[in-house]
Amino acid sequence: MESLSNRKKVIEQKPMTLAERMYLPAIAKGLAITFRHMFKKKETIFYPEQERPISENWRGLHSLKRDENGKERCTACGLCALACPAEAITMIAAERKKGEEHLYREEKYAAVYEVNMLRCIFCGLCEEACPKEAIYLDGPFLEADYLRKDFIFGKDKLVEAPLKS
Amino acid sequence: MELAFVIEKFALVIVIFMISLGVAAYSTLAERKIAAFLQGRVGPHRAGWGGMFQPLADGAKMFFKEEIIPTQSNQFLFIAGPSLALLTALIGSAVIPWGQSLTFGDTVVQLQVADINVGILYIFGVVSLGVYGIMIGGWASNNKFSLMGAIRAASQNISYEIAMGLSIIALLMVTQSLSLKEIAAQQSGFINWNVWAQPLGFLIFIICAFAECNRTPFDLPESENELVGGYHTEYSGMKLGGFLFAEYINMFISSAVMATLYFGGYNFPFMNDLGLPQNIITLIGVLFLFAKIFFFIFFFMWVRWTVPRFRYDQLMNLGWKVLIPLGIANIVLTGIWIIVKDTYFK
Ligand code: SF4
Ligand code: SF4
Repeated sequence: MESLSNRKKVIEQKPMTLAERMYLPAIAKGLAITFRHMFKKKETIFYPEQERPISENWRGLHSLKRDENGKERCTACGLCALACPAEAITMIAAERKKGEEHLYREEKYAAVYEVNMLRCIFCGLCEEACPKEAIYLDGPFLEADYLRKDFIFGKDKLVEAPLKS
Repeated sequence: MELAFVIEKFALVIVIFMISLGVAAYSTLAERKIAAFLQGRVGPHRAGWGGMFQPLADGAKMFFKEEIIPTQSNQFLFIAGPSLALLTALIGSAVIPWGQSLTFGDTVVQLQVADINVGILYIFGVVSLGVYGIMIGGWASNNKFSLMGAIRAASQNISYEIAMGLSIIALLMVTQSLSLKEIAAQQSGFINWNVWAQPLGFLIFIICAFAECNRTPFDLPESENELVGGYHTEYSGMKLGGFLFAEYINMFISSAVMATLYFGGYNFPFMNDLGLPQNIITLIGVLFLFAKIFFFIFFFMWVRWTVPRFRYDQLMNLGWKVLIPLGIANIVLTGIWIIVKDTYFK
């Protein structure tokens, strides 16, 4: 049938010539190519000492943000947990007591907030879902560890360091 | 006198044993380094300067790993497999002339453990024994992947031994001797290297050597992506190390055999025109032999990281339909050449 797009090409498979069937010239060519690669610049990044440059919209480990006065932004609304396709986020909400206004911005806050880094696929949907701009995936790589339980990051690891001053 | 002889040979055996193990250990590092360089990486470089101690780290790791002997396996043969592989890999070095002779006062030390007059046949015998280690190990594992790998190894070695033998017959027609010492001695200088007289024979030999050592492109016995690990699927710890080590020792020995048979062994260009004392010449010769061996080891690795693995039918086609006829043609051509030379160029 005629091709509509006119881009159809019939590929012809020629029988191999004697030189091709001998196979050795091809091997010599391959050896020359790999030999040249010995002297090329090495691509290796020496990881712990050197890090790969990451792009601006890189999604790394999560961090829970504080506002300009150093109060935690998260209000434990659970939208991030709902949005998460990997079911990685769990939290327990608590009510802000008198005298804690300097710690939490909203009346309700997350007493426990856990992200299971083994479940997380670093899709960034939690970041998009958050109405309070409380969670961002702006951290570094996830590092290796020995026990599964150590991959469940609590608030101690997630919340940003308190503001100085 | 007798005692001195025994001590001399014993010392030589120990030295060669140590060197074989050392070269094999550092071949593992070299393999990883060369693989890395050919692929634009740097390879292991953390343990010691530039990764110098990596073989030690690997060895220590092997020793500390858990040794698993499958319950359904034949325990005795399971352990015998890697031991046999190592043993047969090591005893090949006995007949290789590592150098000429060293003279201390009036004792002459030959740098060869055993100068037997059928040295080449001995090497062949040992090389064909090598497949038993693989065969036994693969069979004793009681695992179909292991068995498959072992069967492949056996059929591959048998097929390529024939072509290798044919290439050697042509070489023997030129050298008129089966003793490796004499073959090496005949090739003094540079012009007399057998590779100039037997280029086709050398080509066949080196291809067969790749196949006999189970190196890529002929590493079907352990092809990881079809057979898990081939004949050593069930092995762990130092028994696995034994198999891997045997492969590297085999590579070292076959490089030494190639260097001796075709590339002049310990001979180097202008060795008789330098006017140096015999001992010095011998030592330089040993260095040259090792340089040649290392080149061949490098070549083995270089090919490994360039050429992909053959398919099984291609392997058998190459062995039976290409290399064997070529080997026979080479014998005929060599015969014609010898007659022509004897009648017209005398
Ligand atoms: S990045 Fe994606 S997977 Fe990870 S916690 Fe957020 S929503 Fe869940
Ligand atoms: S991080 Fe954002 S979306 Fe998640 S519970 Fe806190 S405020 Fe809600």
